[in-house]
Amino acid sequence: MMKPLGATGLIMNEPLLWEGGKKGRRGFSMPARDVESFPLKSDILGEGPDFPDLSEVDVIRHYTRLSQWNFGIDAGMYPLGSCTMKYNPKINEKLAALPGFASAHPLLPPLLSQGTLELMFDLENYLAEITGMDAVTLQPAAGAHGELTGMLLIHAYHKEQGSSRSKIIVPDTAHGTNPASAALCGFRPVPVKSNEKGVLSPEAVREIMDEETAGIMITNPNTLGLFEENIVEIAKIVHAKGGLVYGDGANMNAIMGIVDMGKIGFDIMHLNLHKTFSTPHGGGGPGSGPLCVKSHLEPFLPAPRVIEKKGKFFLSDEFPHSIGKVHAFYGNFGVMVKAYSYIRTMGPSLKRASQLAVLNANYIKETLKGTYDLPYDRPCMHECVFSDRLQEPQKVTTLDIAKRLMDYGFHPPTIYFPLVVHGAIMIEPTETESKEDIDRFVEALKTIAKEAEETPELLLKAPRNCKVTRLDETMAARKPCLAG
Amino acid sequence: MKEIDELVIPGDARYAESHEWARLEGEDVRIGINDYAQDQLGDIVFVELPEVGDTLEKGEEFGTVESVKAVSELYMPLGGEIVAINVDLEDTPEMVNQEPYEGGWMILVRPSDQDDWDDLMTKKTYLDFLKGE
Amino acid sequence: MRFLPHTDEDVASMLRAVGLKDMDSLFSTIPSDCRRKEDLNLPEALSEWELTDRMNKLASSVAVFPEHRVFIGAGSYEHFIPESVFHLLSRSEFVTSYTPYQPEMSQGTLQAIYEYQTLAARLLGMDVANASLYDGATALAEALLMALRITKKKKVVLSSLIHPLYRRVVRTYLGPSGVAIEELPYGKDGKTDLSSIDGMEDCAALAIQSPNFFGSIENLREAAELAHGNKALLITAFTEPLAYALIKNPGGEGADIACGEAQSLGIPRSFGGPGLGMFAASTKHVRNMPGRLVGKTLDRDGKPGFVLTLATREQHIRREKATSNICTNNSLCALASTMYMASLGGTGIRELARLNYDKSEYLKGQLKRAGFPIPFTGPTFNEFIVEFPEGFESTYKQLLKQKIVAGLPLAPWYPELYNHYLLCVTETASKDDLDALVREVKS
Repeated sequence: MMKPLGATGLIMNEPLLWEGGKKGRRGFSMPARDVESFPLKSDILGEGPDFPDLSEVDVIRHYTRLSQWNFGIDAGMYPLGSCTMKYNPKINEKLAALPGFASAHPLLPPLLSQGTLELMFDLENYLAEITGMDAVTLQPAAGAHGELTGMLLIHAYHKEQGSSRSKIIVPDTAHGTNPASAALCGFRPVPVKSNEKGVLSPEAVREIMDEETAGIMITNPNTLGLFEENIVEIAKIVHAKGGLVYGDGANMNAIMGIVDMGKIGFDIMHLNLHKTFSTPHGGGGPGSGPLCVKSHLEPFLPAPRVIEKKGKFFLSDEFPHSIGKVHAFYGNFGVMVKAYSYIRTMGPSLKRASQLAVLNANYIKETLKGTYDLPYDRPCMHECVFSDRLQEPQKVTTLDIAKRLMDYGFHPPTIYFPLVVHGAIMIEPTETESKEDIDRFVEALKTIAKEAEETPELLLKAPRNCKVTRLDETMAARKPCLAG
Repeated sequence: MKEIDELVIPGDARYAESHEWARLEGEDVRIGINDYAQDQLGDIVFVELPEVGDTLEKGEEFGTVESVKAVSELYMPLGGEIVAINVDLEDTPEMVNQEPYEGGWMILVRPSDQDDWDDLMTKKTYLDFLKGE
Repeated sequence: MRFLPHTDEDVASMLRAVGLKDMDSLFSTIPSDCRRKEDLNLPEALSEWELTDRMNKLASSVAVFPEHRVFIGAGSYEHFIPESVFHLLSRSEFVTSYTPYQPEMSQGTLQAIYEYQTLAARLLGMDVANASLYDGATALAEALLMALRITKKKKVVLSSLIHPLYRRVVRTYLGPSGVAIEELPYGKDGKTDLSSIDGMEDCAALAIQSPNFFGSIENLREAAELAHGNKALLITAFTEPLAYALIKNPGGEGADIACGEAQSLGIPRSFGGPGLGMFAASTKHVRNMPGRLVGKTLDRDGKPGFVLTLATREQHIRREKATSNICTNNSLCALASTMYMASLGGTGIRELARLNYDKSEYLKGQLKRAGFPIPFTGPTFNEFIVEFPEGFESTYKQLLKQKIVAGLPLAPWYPELYNHYLLCVTETASKDDLDALVREVKS
């Protein structure tokens, strides 16, 4: 048996920012004052914020200590289903910080920002190639933002056609952002159930597709980690009644270079650069959610768009059918640089990344089945879904298993999603995990299953190796304390 | 989670399929959610109630009840006007868990149709319904 | 390929364990009519050194400080960022960590975001700030949607001196809902003309930006009275929150929601993104707020800790009834801004704001003395409008060649203000830079 990864060690306690410091301290190098002071009317003058005064050492120690309480991909594996927590290449960080990118003002005259415009133009083309779509907007700042933009495009398309459609079909396996984005745009989500194989069946879609339905939102591969094998026929059914097919591209990591999303019937889809394209999650953001469309939807894309004229790049607003704007400027350029660097580093071997991601997931599926309940025992894509059904007799739940995994040095997989599997455990290793790391992960889960039978208190009391034990979320919600 | 025979289901109230209870108090009907519902939801953190004076139909949504990880809609077991709401639930939503039939009551309704009361399930019918579910 | 650890041996062993003969058979569930026929048509992979070379070429073609002096603000501001902030932000525990859904192994992020929420609320003078939204424009759109939800009304009123690009985003967001949007004109003083409102009885909110797009400080108290008198919410937007270290904050003036762009606070401009959508509101509206919220609580041993809370507002639970579809917060940017605010401190941030104000006033004075009219006389923070003479475009182009970007021409946004330029002066401009600018525009 391998030595456990998770261990305890000396980490430091650290109070809240305003519990430290002393008035008059400063951690900032104030530029010299070379102009006189000008009067400011008292009816405008405010008191300034009640911030603590801290030295540079205070600040460095504070955040260094806080960082010790965090897990990160650089420390270990995050097998989070549908999150694609792959390794974040360090060169990407350095390149995004180049002054010409980091200090660029978005409203510079275009001839003074050729580098940034060219990068965006090229990235759009690469993403179009990877997805098999025709045109791209980089404006959406996150996946959900891309979904909203997609819904706005669908709305605009139907309006232009003169048809008002109020519904969107959303599968039962969909991520919560799907119906939320649809609703924000005034669409009523209409659910459709996946079949016993865990995928959508054409008959189920045919039954509810009508001329009042704007379209369907499909994640492919879906959140059960399965390829929607009926997608071509489903797309035809939706198109036949004038609807559009929206693709949630969160799971693109399974199919780069393997599936042509444009060919199989998607009219519009979003990508998550912070998933498939290696940009870091940053503890919750920033991300980037570009939207890729077929040519019939191109006129509706947000403006301005980067255009090329005689080898020079410009921003153009000449798009009369554009839905408008979804971000103050052009999207999260700082994130785009990292995705661009990743694509230039991988080149066509993005396909190999997908192959290895799928290999890793299937390997986990095969080695873990029997220990945990596998609701869909079929070849999976880049992620697989287990449940806690076999552990129910010990009164041990998915939550307990997840918390115990932390003690073993792994971030838990995605839990309780998708909703169609009770007590779901969704595992996505990504291609950057080696065979040894995966073997270690599987071994940890097997050990935990054994603990569940013999010494379940170990799970119920977990985690014990972290900075804190389980937290009282009820108290946090009943009496919210959101500021100090 | 409690087993069905562990649940507290008072005989002096009637029940809806969506697990609300209703108790006749003179002309009015007091309503809340029953032991099964509070047990399933877990620790309740917030209750959203209608305004006094609102008139709602049987089956219409009258509010929501939230636990940490879930939200559930609340449905009128019978139609009528809201004559009182339990304002204490704003500060102490946990009353719904602790005393679902007493301190955890939610709304007091002046019913608009007497027949609605007869449609509600008695304790026995409700328990049979739960067992069947 | 340094990010793909699998050796041929590994692959063979794993394929055996899965019972397949080759990589291709992993994709057997994909029908052949879904498969790509050709390989990806992407440029060949570059080594780390070739890539760096390529990126250096692209980056060096962009006009940035210090070689260039760019006197533009308009929603994106040049401020000095301490090296300590960059250093701390590069820690993998912050950069490569995931959203803190498993709080026990994310206490670093959670405490840091709780601190961000606190400092943001204090800066804006509001009760509660969320963990941030994408940017100032989408924050404003979310604020309006929130006001519409709370009041259940169907109209909003916006100042025409809210950043033009923010107003465009708002129209895009509110388009499908059919909400009526009225825009208020501006007066000769460079502030919103509040007297011209048609009727506000059916309004969910009045939104006003201060300092506004022209850099002028608005009369928020008057706006609050007008809004509240008509049972509407006052939403205060901003693009330069550093101002609130010096001038009265929105909360103190009666704002119900304060939302805007906090890129100024320790985040590089990055050609417009990622930014930081700072968003705060009164406690009574907290359950209607979009975005993540971090709350303080205790663990089973009674030790203090932090968790994401009030999640039932959010998409993963409420789905189509969520307060927003947002799934991200710009966490790393929020962290950067907190580190920046912590480094400056309460005393420092006020001094810095003062310096910005004074340098901007100095330039204003020098330009006036040189004969260039300053049309709007009300107080401004670090941006203001100057009128340059007819034909200034050629001077502007000349100055570009001298690596000076003399402000933002207003004509594309406000056609009635051709020959007017929006200038921004921050602590990054020295007196010499300002004197040089005046000298050059005069000649």
